[in-house]
Formats: sequence, structure tokens, C-alpha cells
Amino acid sequence: MMSLQKATLFALYAVLELAEDTDRQLSASEIAERYNISTNHLAKVLRDLGRAGLVESVRGAGGGYRFCGNAKRTTLLDVVRLFEEVGAGPTSGIVQETNAGVALSLVMDEIEEITHATLLSISIETMLKLMRKRRPEKPSSTGLFRAV
Amino acid sequence: MVDAAQDTPGYNLVSIGEHKINIRPAVKDDLANVVALDDRTTGLRKPEYWDDLFTRYGNRKDSRFFLIAEEGDTLLGCIFGEVRSWEFNSVPCGWVGTVSVEPNLRMGGIGSILYKEICRCFRKAGVTKIRTMIPRDATDLMSFFRAQGMMAGPFIQLETDMDEGV
Repeated sequence: MMSLQKATLFALYAVLELAEDTDRQLSASEIAERYNISTNHLAKVLRDLGRAGLVESVRGAGGGYRFCGNAKRTTLLDVVRLFEEVGAGPTSGIVQETNAGVALSLVMDEIEEITHATLLSISIETMLKLMRKRRPEKPSSTGLFRAV
Repeated sequence: MVDAAQDTPGYNLVSIGEHKINIRPAVKDDLANVVALDDRTTGLRKPEYWDDLFTRYGNRKDSRFFLIAEEGDTLLGCIFGEVRSWEFNSVPCGWVGTVSVEPNLRMGGIGSILYKEICRCFRKAGVTKIRTMIPRDATDLMSFFRAQGMMAGPFIQLETDMDEGV
């Protein structure tokens, strides 16, 4: 099972939540409340997403964040890569100079390659289709990833 | 006048914006255009392959399907697939061999129409599951099938180079 860092998971929650309705603006606290996550941490993540051009903040009454990326062109990998490395070379901790290390690296590389291909092939729009298919949803149990 | 064949799986007339896209089974005369489309898409010209594929798929309407999308006389895309039964201990399901769309028309909905139409053919053939196999680095193609709702299935493809003497 792939483990995502908290910031990555929060970013995916925010992007998917906002991309679901691009006319809607949500504040960091509204999203955080829905997913039962830290508002402060999410606010930082939203700023990073803003710098990447995926969300924009709207000022004034009823302001908040809204999705401004291209849902058809933006992939899960695009979002994940903003916060952590995927397929970043030899798995840390494996001693490459040993036969066991080389064999283990082959297996771990296979897992990395499949992870990379999967995240690269799923767009935000495809995720929205999956979300609509699986309604009614339970906000805290998407079951897709585990945060560490 | 509406052609009654349009209600038959494998035949459809669909509008995308101003474009009227006709879906129908491939015929022998389509092969030259299909070969040219494949050449533009993959950079490889394979007339013998397509001729053989048409011979095996083009004339079977019950379990093998080779469909094309066209506007007027212009070929826009093609798809082929077949029902396979009990391969790898799998219950009968529809396999999509490939889907190909004119490169400058991609992400315009033609591939999705072809996919939906071959699904109709598969359903009529009595199967409810559809599969395909994609090179891991064929990102666009994988994204296309993902957008149709496909997820990783219960099989993993394995391979090896054979050692000398094995």
C-alpha cells in the first residue's frame, strides 16, 4: 500500500473538493472541517497549490479558494509531485552493493514504476467521475491512500 | 430518414458539436485508411498486420468487432476487440485490442464514442466486463482508458528474457 505524506493527502482532498464545482469557493477551514484535518496545515498546502496554479484565492465576502487548473490535463502525479518525490531512484536503506540489495531494488523499482504509471494516468476529471460513481460518499474514508 | 441499422450495436450516428460522426463495422475498403491512420499514430506502417486483423475480426459479427468512426468519407478513428473466454481462467469478457484516433482530433470525444459502441457490441455478445492491456509508458492511452472508468484488474502481466538453452 502506498503511503502519502499528510501534505500530499491534504492537497488531493482540496483539489478534488474544489474541482468538483469550479464555481464554488471554499475556505481552508470549510475543507479542513469536512475532512477532519488541521486548518493551519491545509492553509499552507493551499498556498502551495496556489503557487502551482491549481487553485486561486478569492477575496471578499464568501471568498475562499477555487480550482483554476485544467481538470482534464492535471494528473494525480502533478499534485503528488508538488509535495513529495515519486520514483526518485533507489529505495533508501537498500544496500545496492549486495546481491540481496540488487534483487530487492528490482522488486521495489517495479512497484515504483507501477505507482508512477498509475498516478500519471489518472486525471482530476477521471477522479471526479470516480467520486460521482461512488456517491453517497463518506468524507473521511476515501480508502485510496493512507497518510503518514 | 433514420437508418434502422443505427440501433444495432456496431452502428451509430453521433454528434460532437457540428460534427456528425458515423460509427460502423470496418469493411475491406477501409483498410488503406486504417493503415495510414496507424502509420500517423505509431510511426509504423503495418499493412499485413491490419489485413490479417481485418480477416480475423472484420467478418465476425458475433464475438469480434472492428469498428471505424468517420465523418463523410474521412476516417477519424478505429477500435477493435473480441470476446475471450476462459483465458487465464477468466470468465468471458470483452478485450479491446486497441483504439486509434486521428492525432489532431484527440481528446475530442471520438475515442469515447468508439469505446461506448464496442461496449454495446460486447453487451450484445453477452459479456459485462471489458479489459485491455497497455504499455506502462503509453500515458495518453492509459489516461484514455482510465477516463472510461477502467481500473487495474485482477491480473498482472509477467515476462522474462529466456536464458540460452531454456
